[in-house]
Order: sequence, then structure tokens, then C-alpha cells
Amino acid sequence: MTHVRYIDKTRQYYLDQGYEKPYEWAHFDTVPFTRLSKPLADCRLSLVSTSDVAIKEDGGDGDHAKEMFVGNVYSIPTDIPIERLHSRQEHFDKHATHLDDVDSYFPISRLREAAADGTIGGVADRLHGVYTAYSQRRTLEVDGPEVLKRCREDGVDAVLLTPV
Amino acid sequence: MSLVARYLEEHGLPTVMIANARDIVEHCGVARMVFVDFPLGNPCGEPYKLDQQRAIFRQALNLLETADGPRTTVEAPFVWPAGDDWKRLIFSDEQPFLDSDAHENWIAAKARYKALKAEGKV
Repeated sequence: MTHVRYIDKTRQYYLDQGYEKPYEWAHFDTVPFTRLSKPLADCRLSLVSTSDVAIKEDGGDGDHAKEMFVGNVYSIPTDIPIERLHSRQEHFDKHATHLDDVDSYFPISRLREAAADGTIGGVADRLHGVYTAYSQRRTLEVDGPEVLKRCREDGVDAVLLTPV
Repeated sequence: MSLVARYLEEHGLPTVMIANARDIVEHCGVARMVFVDFPLGNPCGEPYKLDQQRAIFRQALNLLETADGPRTTVEAPFVWPAGDDWKRLIFSDEQPFLDSDAHENWIAAKARYKALKAEGKV
């Protein structure tokens, strides 16, 4: 069976729910591309995700509604035990699966393994979460630059991204 | 997420995305994607299935090294074990995407955002 056409499916779904204007998914004619500047075994990697991953005991401190809608970049220390992480994301296919295994959307253990066996040069000290927010402009003008800044500060050579 | 990937690539940082929603990512256009044909929520493999997660992760690392140009998509060679029903049911009348709790949380968060906006705080 072919892959799900989410753009078509959500357009119809939200029209049926009474929303008047369909969401305009971002679209560009050209796509930027950068090659690795060194072998993977020498590269330091970081991870960026929209899975709303959070440190359990930090939950509830911030204004989650504001973060979700306005957008925000936050960082998770790479050496945190995975047991202390969870996802607050509610926008996933709850009928078919669950988010109990953090590595299934925020592969922090896989990164550590790859660093330990020498496949990659290392993992940056910080991994990052971003909120999709309501504004594509905000993502491009505020959150994108903030992720780039943090990656540069950490000497990152390549980035893995996992949307949820 | 694709917008962040594009921003990083534009500024000299190579990226690879592991994603479930192939059409959304390709509509936007990113440098490299491993497409995993699973329900939204588990781009990096089935929960607790470590061998599969490792294979998908390795595929992403490999793509990072070998992709020759932008819009390179490779597909992970795995099928969702419970069959394909989820593809038909997602975003359908039969099965609302958000359950009532999640829907209420979403409406409340949206109202909170609108209030902050009205007060000029965001």
C-alpha cells in the first residue's frame, strides 16, 4: 500500500470539521544542500525534533500553550538518562501507536551507540526541541537561527531531524 | 521541521531527516530524508524494537554521507506489523485524529495564545 497523502487527507478532514481555510503547507521550488565536510567518523552530530520531548520533572514549569503556538527552541543535555525523558506531544497517531519509547522518535540511545562504536565522531552536548508553532515565518526567522546558533556553539558538523 | 532542516542546510550544516509524513516533507523540500512508512509518532522505528531502530538510524547516517544532491529520499525496508488499516483510518470521519481530551487541550492552548496575543505579550 502506498504512503498516506497527509496534505490531501488533512485538507478534507479539516474542511469537514468546519474550518474554512485549508492549512498552507510550506513549499519551495529550490532545496539547499550541503555536503559533509569530513568523514562521518569525525563528525559531531546533534538531534533536533518536534516530538515535544521534555525532562519529566520540568513538565509544567513553562507556559506550554505559549510554547506550542509561539514557537520556542529548548535543549536537552545529551547525557541525561533516557528514563527521565518523555513526550508531551498529543498530535500523533494515538490509535495506532504510542510514544512510550523515547528512542522511537528521539533516538538519543542510537546516537550514543554510534559515538561509542566510532561510526560517528561524537554527539554534541545538547540536543534540541522546537515547536512547530503557528507561524512558518517565525520558524524561519527565529527558531531556525536559534538552532543554528546552538549547533555552532557546540561544534556540530551534521544534524539529524525527527518530526512528530 | 522541514523549514529548520532547510535553514541549517542553507547555512552550511548538513542534515538528514527521519520522517513518517513523506508527502509533507517532500512538498516542502529537504536535502535528505529516510522515509519510514509507519504511523505518525514513531519515525525512528517501532517502540522497543532495537534492531529495527538501529537499521533505520544507520540508513540515515549512510544517507548523510552518500546523498549526491537535495531531495534524496530513501525508504526504510520495514512494514508496520499490525497491517495497513491505520493508513485508511488516519484523519477520517470514522476515527477523529485527536481524542476529546487532546482536542480540549488543543482548544485551551489556542485560546491561551489568542489571549496573550490580544494583550500584546507575544
